[in-house]
Amino acid sequence: MDVEARTSAGSLRGARLRLSAAFWRRPWLKLLALLLPPVAAFGLVYVTSLGALLASAFWSSDAFTAKVIHSWSLTQFRAIFSLSDPTYLRIAIRTVLIAAAVTVTDAVLAFPIAYYMARLATRRMRSLLFVLILLPLWSSYLVRIYSWTTILSKTGPLNWLLNGLGLPDTHLAYTNWAMWIVFSYVWLPFMILPIYTAIERVPGNFFEASADLGARGPRTFRSVLLPLVFPAIVAGSIFTFSLTLGDYITPLLVGGPGSLLIGNIVYENSSTNLAFAAAFAVVPIGVMGVYLAIARRLGAFEAV
Amino acid sequence: MRKRIRGRHLVLLALVALVGALVVPAVGVSKSSGLPTSIGKGEGALSLVEWAAYSDKSFAAKFEKTTGCKITRKDAGSSNEMFNLMHGGGGGGGGQYDLVSASGDASLRLIYAGDVAPVNVNLVPSWKDFLPAFKAPPHNTVKGVHYGISVQWGPNTLLYNTKKIKPAPTSWAAIYSAKYKGQITVPNNPIQIADAALYLQKSQPALGIKDPYELTKPQFAVVVALLKKQKGLLKRYWVYPADEIKDFASGDATIGATWPYQTLALQGAKVPVPVKEIIPKEGVTGWADTWMLGKKAAHPNCAYMWMAYVSTPRVQAQQAYVFGETPANPKACPFMNKISKGLCSQYHLDAPASYSKSIRFWKSPVADCGFGGRKDCMDIQAWNNAWAGITG
Repeated sequence: MDVEARTSAGSLRGARLRLSAAFWRRPWLKLLALLLPPVAAFGLVYVTSLGALLASAFWSSDAFTAKVIHSWSLTQFRAIFSLSDPTYLRIAIRTVLIAAAVTVTDAVLAFPIAYYMARLATRRMRSLLFVLILLPLWSSYLVRIYSWTTILSKTGPLNWLLNGLGLPDTHLAYTNWAMWIVFSYVWLPFMILPIYTAIERVPGNFFEASADLGARGPRTFRSVLLPLVFPAIVAGSIFTFSLTLGDYITPLLVGGPGSLLIGNIVYENSSTNLAFAAAFAVVPIGVMGVYLAIARRLGAFEAV
Repeated sequence: MRKRIRGRHLVLLALVALVGALVVPAVGVSKSSGLPTSIGKGEGALSLVEWAAYSDKSFAAKFEKTTGCKITRKDAGSSNEMFNLMHGGGGGGGGQYDLVSASGDASLRLIYAGDVAPVNVNLVPSWKDFLPAFKAPPHNTVKGVHYGISVQWGPNTLLYNTKKIKPAPTSWAAIYSAKYKGQITVPNNPIQIADAALYLQKSQPALGIKDPYELTKPQFAVVVALLKKQKGLLKRYWVYPADEIKDFASGDATIGATWPYQTLALQGAKVPVPVKEIIPKEGVTGWADTWMLGKKAAHPNCAYMWMAYVSTPRVQAQQAYVFGETPANPKACPFMNKISKGLCSQYHLDAPASYSKSIRFWKSPVADCGFGGRKDCMDIQAWNNAWAGITG
């Protein structure tokens, strides 16, 4: 018995040694063993569902019972890109335009804030600003959007303030303008943080060197700061752009007649007409694909 | 479904069957095979997909206490959403939802999609007291098989702010009028097309619209054009009743299409909003709701207990008061008057035959024009697409 135990322990030890030797001899094997579980999980959960989505985009649904009919066709895409009934084309273009407007707005708003935080603010001020920027993210995104409906409503604080200053009412509630404001507000932190990181990484003596060469503020901004920070802006824009592209709650709460985005149509069709919802969901994937390709060209992935 | 037939139940069942046979000979228990013949022990939970306040605490609390069935609710904002909730997750309520308070524009779709199960009306004792029109209405009974228990019904009315809208409107024309641009609100629901069709049926008789749910292609095009024009005049399309209440309270909206529920909420608010609702001269569309049992309901016994409970006169009256709608059970009348004097006639429960006939109840638009042998009507898919085209 004693001998048996010893040999089995020995063979176990031998197997372990052989295994580690194999790993040592073939490094790719180690890499494979390390990566296989997460990649497999990723593949199963993410790629499979994405594949199912892409496949169902080529099916069709029965109008009355919503049953999916498994026959391959391009019917759904024809409905989306139909020029005779441009409803869905209009919605897709509106979504991309709003996402672009929000991205530009956030970049313009975030840059000075990030610059101030990274280069001018005292340590205390910087911490305070960080808290102020991140604190809203702790509260529910729904609550933040809903509070905007109150702010913008006819008898809300905004009009109260304007009336107090002797100005006329605004009619921002339930318009695309409201949607633009609210989107810009909710995604702003996602733009500030990457830009802040990038500005902080620019060495201070670059600014001094620029000044020594006779460049003033605007020239330094254009020729030194912006090229160095630009990849970070593009990285931040990936967040603001893609988050806007997929959202459907903000249009529902603050949008008006004619504020539907791609997400709303996907949501509304998700179980009555699954095939159509899937086909329309492919549109933002395509748009994001193009966007990411451009972002990569601009060097955004070096800043993430 | 678990069956528990004991002697006592059999006697009861025989009695119920006898009564059923006497009242409506067309419906028998024997024919509907596979139906439960008694309500077993409650499962301790009940999950509802409902219109907001359809299981209001004022009457649901007592149900929960006496049956031990703890209610969880999912409020839906539209018939499409209701259908999606029941049809999603594998269909039949996905084992997640037991009952759905489907309106007429969703109930037939749920039946044909196989998401709801036939029910034994004899397990709901108050069913035999219902108004004849709601015992086996075409929106929840197919070929003599009941797919649910009618609950309440009511009109889609015109709501306006009495301080801002003068003179008082008498016609649906008001919500298509440029005079109120930027102050109008209507439900975000494809069935809203029927409201426009009803208005055109009366204001443009040359179109030849007979039924607002049975529209031929040319008629449909005119209706959609009217709604597209209306879009430019709207403040917004409301999704949840709370949205409309909020907008009328804040003054963002002053006129719109509504349910009596919102009117009551605005009039009864802490700071009452000066609103009034009317039935315009063109008449109104309306809803007639049915509690339908999900095919995969996890708590069927609690579901039956709930259907039986909400059909009793007292609860019917309470629900009518909370939601501002009319019960299917006319025995609720004295209880309604006890809650608020004159409530019964306010909701026309004492004169139902003529009143309920004047309401064009929601139904799913189908290509064969209501199973009528024709083939030239626009179906629900066309309605949904057109609505997306109008609102999008």
